[in-house]
Amino acid sequence: MLGYIWLFMIIASVVCSIINGKMDILAEAVTGGADKAIQLLISMAGVMCLWTGIMRIAEKSGITRGIAAALSPVLKRLMPDYSPESEAMQAVSANITANILGLGNAATPSGIRAMKEMQSGNRLGDRPNASMIMFVVINTASVQIIPATAAALRQAAGSSDPYSILPYVWISSVLALVAGIFAVKLFGRLRRGKNG
Amino acid sequence: MDKIGIYAVPFVIVFIVVFGAVKRVDLFECFREGAKDGITSLISVAPSLIGLVIAVNMLSASGFFDIMCSLLSPVCNAVGIPPEILPLGLIRPVSGSGSFAVLSSILETYGPDSVIGRIASVMAGSTETTFYAIAVYYGAAGIKKSGYTVPAALIADFSSMLISVLTVRYI
Repeated sequence: MLGYIWLFMIIASVVCSIINGKMDILAEAVTGGADKAIQLLISMAGVMCLWTGIMRIAEKSGITRGIAAALSPVLKRLMPDYSPESEAMQAVSANITANILGLGNAATPSGIRAMKEMQSGNRLGDRPNASMIMFVVINTASVQIIPATAAALRQAAGSSDPYSILPYVWISSVLALVAGIFAVKLFGRLRRGKNG
Repeated sequence: MDKIGIYAVPFVIVFIVVFGAVKRVDLFECFREGAKDGITSLISVAPSLIGLVIAVNMLSASGFFDIMCSLLSPVCNAVGIPPEILPLGLIRPVSGSGSFAVLSSILETYGPDSVIGRIASVMAGSTETTFYAIAVYYGAAGIKKSGYTVPAALIADFSSMLISVLTVRYI
């Protein structure tokens, strides 16, 4: 998939530079881009490591358990196919908590575990049940306290306030999540209507 | 509103560190481990980031984004989305490193504190790499048919794009 997108980007840029007569700038952009990528990584590294470090303390000190407990009543309603005490829901809440804290490395394994556990209780075979769809959609809308990557990129671009976007990110990620949840509920209802 | 974000940073750090101290966590060792994880994940995204920053830089130099913006601006204006952020909206659900590269190019072109730069930052921060998440999770569980997952997730992505524009412009 990404291979095709990359191919498209390269071909499109060559075609556009021929049309716009910018071939000389394009050659510069190739080497300049390679250089820029490394500069970007270096200027992001400090901010990224700050947050992965701080969030690791949050994880170790049990803040994650507090968040998981607070989320449990909501998750129970959103994924009614599994009981809150089940292995599946434990993994689901570990995954969502890790995402909220921006612990990407911890989020993926617990998400995979959650999905496998949910699949073992799934009666639809290779089709996901409503709770599984809900879990994936919640995962694709990223609600997090500190959007570290965006902040790091803003810092790298010389923003005067890299973190000024935080409240806007909170609002729009939560509202996007709500939209996703409504969409899952709506499609689920339509699907049931069609089958019954 | 901006002030909330700026105050939130020291507040979150102090809260977590003090909470960790109360719970008798080995603070600095934890921080070191976490920061090391940060380095490791940056190194693991480096190869794709290099490839994609080159491609985005080429697109930007070739005038591709300008052509795309002028072609799509009637549609974008009708929906209320600035055409400049459309490249980000298109790549965000597909590739994480790709959206890093596009966001950084937008921030460089329009400035991180411009309206366009802020909308793009909010948008990038409020959604995930949708197709990647679907592929990884369903792949791991052996789910072959995704049902209505993709349309529902894309509705969430599209909403976040609209809401980013609205929050930055009107709050």
